[in-house]
Amino acid sequence: MPEQAATLTSQQKTTSRRPAGTLYRGREGMWSWVLHRITGVAIFFFLLVHILDTALVRVSPEAYNAVISSYQTPIMGLGETALVGAIVFHAFNGIRIILIDFWNAKYQKAMFYVVVALWVVTMLAFVPRHLINVFSH
Amino acid sequence: MTSTIEAPRSPYSRAPRSRGVNWEKWGWIYMRVSGVVLVVLIFGHLFVNLMVGEGVSALNFAFVAGKLTTPFWMVWDVLMLWLALIHGGNGMRTLVNDYATQRLTRGILKSAILAAVVILIVLGTLVVFTFDPCPAGSPADLLPSFCSAI
Repeated sequence: MPEQAATLTSQQKTTSRRPAGTLYRGREGMWSWVLHRITGVAIFFFLLVHILDTALVRVSPEAYNAVISSYQTPIMGLGETALVGAIVFHAFNGIRIILIDFWNAKYQKAMFYVVVALWVVTMLAFVPRHLINVFSH
Repeated sequence: MTSTIEAPRSPYSRAPRSRGVNWEKWGWIYMRVSGVVLVVLIFGHLFVNLMVGEGVSALNFAFVAGKLTTPFWMVWDVLMLWLALIHGGNGMRTLVNDYATQRLTRGILKSAILAAVVILIVLGTLVVFTFDPCPAGSPADLLPSFCSAI
């Protein structure tokens, strides 16, 4: 029964330590998908808080300044760096998803590394300037 | 129990939907259209608030009051509010559909997402359009400079 033997072989492949029989699992496609979900959830919960804190401009200048001054502390400054990192990845990977859908899926792996490169360049432009603003005041 | 898993990209085996609005399709389109617009809106928002001048350490009531009395930034912020909350709410709905296995859990979580999105859109829109940059009785040094000219 050569057909059964072939089935067994492919099953053995998928249960071996290194993923086989798939181009997707454990590769760029999976990690970009995982990161897109994690960054998306993080940004969503920040957005909820950020609308509430901005709504304090309708309460009083003192109330708004009190809460915004907590965004200007060193710890929150590092948090803002992580937030911008999440937003920048989600933005560039989102454009990659659109290009996979409407342009060409066979470049998805190359485009993941373009996303990573653009993320590094953007963060190099943002992080030093932001940390100077946070830590020099 | 055995079930057959069809090969990827094999023809659709269920009967194609014939009537009614395909909301999942429009949700899919919305994520892409709003995503492109949000990249521009949020990158601009981050640049103006965190990169220009002294960035986050320059933010205060007077700074926000200057923006929320400019029609350009009012439209910018309200667009960002609506597009981002619906984009994020729809994304969270996708995660709930993927990970919550009980029908009741899904219902509760999606109701909570919907409530948060609706309440914050209403709150944020009201804040932008009813904003008073020079509230009476507030110390002048906390207010934007144009308040002293009134």
